[in-house]
Amino acid sequence: MMAKTMTSITSTSLFIRRNKASLSTLFFLVVMMTCFLIANPKVFTNAAIYNAVFITLPVAIFLVVPLVFTVTGGEIDLSFPSNMAMASWVFSLLIQKGMPPVLGLIVAIGVGMGIGVIIGLIVVYGHLSSLVCTLGFNFFLRGFIMILTEGRSITVLEVQDGLFHNVLAGTFLGLPAQMGWALLFTLICVLVFNRHCYGVRVRCVGDNPQSAEQMGINVNRVRISFFIFVGLGASLAGVFSVLINFSWWPTTGDGYLLTALASVFVGGTPTWGGVGTVVGGALGATIVSFMETGVVAAGLTGFYVQFFKGLIIILSLLAHRYSSKRYR
Amino acid sequence: MKSPIITLQDISKSFGNVYALDGVSLQVKAGEVVGLIGDNGAGKSTLIKILAGVYTPDSGAIRLKDQPVTDWNASRSRQSGIETVFQDRALVVQQTIVRNIFMGRETAGSSASLLSRLGFIDHKSQYAEAERLMRDIGFTSEVFTPDSIVGTLSGGERQGVAIARALYFDAELIILDEPTTALSLTETEKVFSFVRNVKASGRSVVFIGHNIYHVFGIADRFVVLDRGKVVLECTKEDYQTPEELIGFMQQVAQSEGGTPSGSSEE
Ligand SMILES: Nc1ncnc2c1ncn2[C@@H]1O[C@H](COP(=O)(O)OP(=O)(O)O)[C@@H](O)[C@H]1O
Ligand SMILES: [Mg+2]
Repeated sequence: MMAKTMTSITSTSLFIRRNKASLSTLFFLVVMMTCFLIANPKVFTNAAIYNAVFITLPVAIFLVVPLVFTVTGGEIDLSFPSNMAMASWVFSLLIQKGMPPVLGLIVAIGVGMGIGVIIGLIVVYGHLSSLVCTLGFNFFLRGFIMILTEGRSITVLEVQDGLFHNVLAGTFLGLPAQMGWALLFTLICVLVFNRHCYGVRVRCVGDNPQSAEQMGINVNRVRISFFIFVGLGASLAGVFSVLINFSWWPTTGDGYLLTALASVFVGGTPTWGGVGTVVGGALGATIVSFMETGVVAAGLTGFYVQFFKGLIIILSLLAHRYSSKRYR
Repeated sequence: MKSPIITLQDISKSFGNVYALDGVSLQVKAGEVVGLIGDNGAGKSTLIKILAGVYTPDSGAIRLKDQPVTDWNASRSRQSGIETVFQDRALVVQQTIVRNIFMGRETAGSSASLLSRLGFIDHKSQYAEAERLMRDIGFTSEVFTPDSIVGTLSGGERQGVAIARALYFDAELIILDEPTTALSLTETEKVFSFVRNVKASGRSVVFIGHNIYHVFGIADRFVVLDRGKVVLECTKEDYQTPEELIGFMQQVAQSEGGTPSGSSEE
């Protein structure tokens, strides 16, 4: 009896110790929502605001979760906004040409991952800084899109009311279906990150690439995979954004560059590599999304959004400072 | 005549204009303990990193059990039954002890379930394996479990993790690169008894050290490297005391002392 209580206490404390980063992110989310609730109870007890957030939050989650892998692996990818636009551009064009949307989705994923392969090969075998190289790619791909489209957007009304749209981005149990897909994506990624040898290798490579190499991990291959994975997430985010808006803009994805990146760190993944949290990343994306909607809903003008976003990023980093320690 | 496990033939390796190895040959036979000796910068670590598949030699051949090998790399080397405790220990310090022990072979030690065939890790059985290993190595501290972060361990305990990892995979050949540096006396003694156990079980060891007294006590055969070249290969019959060996090495150092081969920078 005694022993049983003891083990349950130690296993609880072990759970807390292992999930410090994501738990403190969750705590932060709860505090923030409480503040919003106090500031404007009428808006925040109404389901409408949650629905509004859940419509676009999935797009952010598809971007943030792969970025958690990348940052944990000691790299960074800033090309995802343009990659998102490229993949969804191809998707929109194919739909317009009358291709079945499922095939369009597959091709879009291929485009996103293909761009990831190219970027990964260049970064790894060119021995380039992933920060600068992917930043370059972000401009380059966006410029490419702008030149070819001359800045024109595409309307994709073809998918409206179709099975494809309803399954991916319709309404399910009164909630946006895309939220379910984003949760499923997060769940799979949590399992891969924590339980699969790929996730373990990502952490080893981010922790100490020389050690990983010496123990026989193919470090180059793992590093290239980060960019492919980000490409996968970007293409999914792009397709979902087209399905949600029924249109594609040449600027698609632009607004996500800094917010998706911030979400990774707000979620509790440190900048130095080796450790990270997928759940934290998804929660970080949630924090940032509610922030954007919440500030306006709380009765402040849109001018305050950036102000509070910045404040929350700084506060959350301070909070994580106390929960995460870097071992050398 | 015992069969060779691995043979390096005429290996050269340079870093920029530093010739770390210049035509070195080395053979390790089954069941023997080879002591690899030499000053700092002699090329010992470079040589064993070539054995371990971490570095590719500029020229020379590697033969595994008398078969020539191509595409030698770290993962191939481990698959062939060679485990290495590197001088820098090759640990990932922000990860747990279990993760370090199974690094590079993440699905090892799992039951053959569908999930593990898909690459998922059986943490429970790996945890049990790690616990057993830590006990074998003499990791007695009650504070640490296999789930402790390696960054919280002392230098000697970290060396214990690196050795436990080499021990786990039933390697035919275990390479230890200066394993006793920065260890306490009792920890050093543990490493020696570990080497004796490995030898007793019929497996081979390459033991690197620059403390000749240490190496002399446990090795059957010695290979002395100096500035990228093998200057002496001998058995205990040739040199019966460490002092004789030290005398030889001092001779070598004097005779070549003036020649600038550019390999002695640290
Ligand atoms: N990765 C490397 N890059 C450049 N030079 C190296 C590298 N590794 C070793 N060296 C050089 O090669 C020589 C041999 O080094 P090493 O094999 O580490 O010697 P030892 O282990 O015997 O002390 C030294 O001069 C060292 O500076
Ligand atoms: Mg060395």
